Amino acid sequence: MSFGDRRTSPDLTGDLQWRRGEDLRDPENARFRVPRFGHGSRVPGWDEAVDLTKDPAVIPDPATTPVPEELRREIEELMAKYPDRRSASIPALHAAQAVHGWCSPQAIDQVACVMRLTPAYLTSVASFYDMFKLTPKAHNDVFVCTNISCSLLGADEFHEAMVAAAEGEDINVASFECLGACDIGPMASVNGEYVGPLQLADAAQIVEDLRAGRPVLAAKQLRYRRCQDPDVQAEGDDFGPPSDAPRADTAGLTHLEAKTDRPGEEGAPTEIPPQTKDDA
Amino acid sequence: MSTKILFDRIDEPGLNTLPVYERRGGYESLRKALSMPPEDVLSQLMDSNIRGRGGAGFPMGRKVSFLPHGDMDKYLVCNADESEPGTFKDRELMQKTPHMLIEGIMIAAYAGGISRAFIYIRGEYQLQADILEAAIAEAANAGYIGERILGSDFSCSLVLHRGAGAYICGEETGLLDSLEGKRGNPRLKPPFPAIEGLYAGPTLINNVETLSTAPAIIRMGGAEYAKHGTETSTGTKLISISGDVKRPGNYEIELGIPSREIIYGLAGGPPSGKKVKFWFPGGSSSPVLTGDDLDIPYDFDSMAKAGTMLGSGAIIIADESRRVLDTMLKVVKFYAHESCGKCVPCREGTNWTHKMVQRIYAGEATPMDLDIMASVQEQIIGNCLCVLGDAMAMPVGSMVKKFRAELEAEIEAARERADHAAVEDVVALGVADEHAGPLPVH
Repeated sequence: MSFGDRRTSPDLTGDLQWRRGEDLRDPENARFRVPRFGHGSRVPGWDEAVDLTKDPAVIPDPATTPVPEELRREIEELMAKYPDRRSASIPALHAAQAVHGWCSPQAIDQVACVMRLTPAYLTSVASFYDMFKLTPKAHNDVFVCTNISCSLLGADEFHEAMVAAAEGEDINVASFECLGACDIGPMASVNGEYVGPLQLADAAQIVEDLRAGRPVLAAKQLRYRRCQDPDVQAEGDDFGPPSDAPRADTAGLTHLEAKTDRPGEEGAPTEIPPQTKDDA
Repeated sequence: MSTKILFDRIDEPGLNTLPVYERRGGYESLRKALSMPPEDVLSQLMDSNIRGRGGAGFPMGRKVSFLPHGDMDKYLVCNADESEPGTFKDRELMQKTPHMLIEGIMIAAYAGGISRAFIYIRGEYQLQADILEAAIAEAANAGYIGERILGSDFSCSLVLHRGAGAYICGEETGLLDSLEGKRGNPRLKPPFPAIEGLYAGPTLINNVETLSTAPAIIRMGGAEYAKHGTETSTGTKLISISGDVKRPGNYEIELGIPSREIIYGLAGGPPSGKKVKFWFPGGSSSPVLTGDDLDIPYDFDSMAKAGTMLGSGAIIIADESRRVLDTMLKVVKFYAHESCGKCVPCREGTNWTHKMVQRIYAGEATPMDLDIMASVQEQIIGNCLCVLGDAMAMPVGSMVKKFRAELEAEIEAARERADHAAVEDVVALGVADEHAGPLPVH
């Protein structure tokens, strides 16, 4: 079994929970089929040394690494904003993730090629931050905050309801650390748009709104919330939300036509080529 | 009606755009500051005695004065990576009055002789980042950012940088590494960022709220601003209240008012008349206080005297129906997830504490575990590069100390539940039939 399979395997840290009595090393257990070496481990054993005859991965060659023109221009503009081009690595990965749907090996290669950095360096950055996904994911993100304030008000129950409602849909539901909107707890970020306070019934509504491609839970969006300070409220009723700011909540659907790197999807490469020579 | 400095008519429509902000006297403070020598602007900031609003409470004016003088590349980084659980004040400021922050950044940059400014905003705040980006473009077009601002000799650029979801990047040196495009690992201090920070140059790092106050300080004069609040905690402070209260939200208060007035007066207290059981006075990193501590004045020094801290001004209330253990698990899980893994005491301490709390739930813990847990917290504090580990150790240590009886009862109850479950398993397996007498428990 090669390392290449690992990228298509299920994300073990996600919704797969170990059940009591289940043997994780059981090769017959389909829920946990993970690429493994002959001795059953996920990493090479002590007797399988790193192949020192292979060269380490280098900065991808522009001649053999096609980069979408728009993405290249965006990354180049980002690099120009900083005294050191490395500073643009997080914004550039954001841009690449928006194009590819996740930080796929191709996405990382393309960013590395434009920024003249090694894929290893960018992978180390991408794996540090929660918003970058190194495994294929659904188009729509629903991050449910399950931190202290929200969980006091029932966020864990809502998270369960949301997972159930999103079953079989193109929606990635994750419990997230504090999103900075405890005043509307329990809350969730749907493709970046903050909504709350949520009730259990809202889970189905979120799915429906996403499917219809309309603003999600428009009445519960944070952008329309007024300041709670009573002395501020006394200033008058003509409150205007920042409506001219771009909307985020339907972003996932507008990208549906975009070419993505999800294996098995039409237009996506059927087999992910090895990212580096070492990976083969 | 209390003084509103930051929240003054903040819900006015279109305040996030330049014309409305200018109509209300926006950027007049920048104009005034640029007409003064930088030393005078700095002394106004010093006179105001404003303390950093991000969590540590270090006086802002002194921070600016630490920057070396001379003609060199100096940097200002606005810390908008607001991820301390319970905190959401900067979000409201950036969303509703972004130009106030931009003006404050330019004033602070002028005082420190800084030529490059950055705003590091957390990646989850997409709406706020979009609004800020539009505001920066507007301000740059109008000549408030860029070369020779308002016809003076002062030039400063401003770049918005979006993070990607890591709590540790709110720590100042972790933020700098992240801004340099690396993993957000904190650095060894000293050298402090004021001497060697971003790109190894002198760097001033301040919170959104601190910088947003700068225009008001210049407008009112530092001495006038210092008249608000208490002697050592001057000015107004935004506080974020959440959890079991009737009216969660952001409020602007004068420092030094009794905590009860905030929790019951402004936020309405816990719904359905329950009592406050425990509360975090300054985000999830602050040691908890109990319902008996509601009369402590809400300012930096009184909170420190009570053995806790004002932190970012985020109050989380839990009423008497809540279990301490549940909140403890949330706190511990959060820090175990967010530890960057650079320093051993934090990486191992947060993870092992998480496992110990899970042991309590599984019914495998004994009261002795609480002692071990407390000692782990003591081993973390002060032994790491940054205070993330301390931020878990302090609330957990205070919970063990203040709610020990309740936690011991939880341990006992969980053990009993686990024992019963074990007996039921044995019965279900049919082993029980082979026993002549009653089942041996354990």
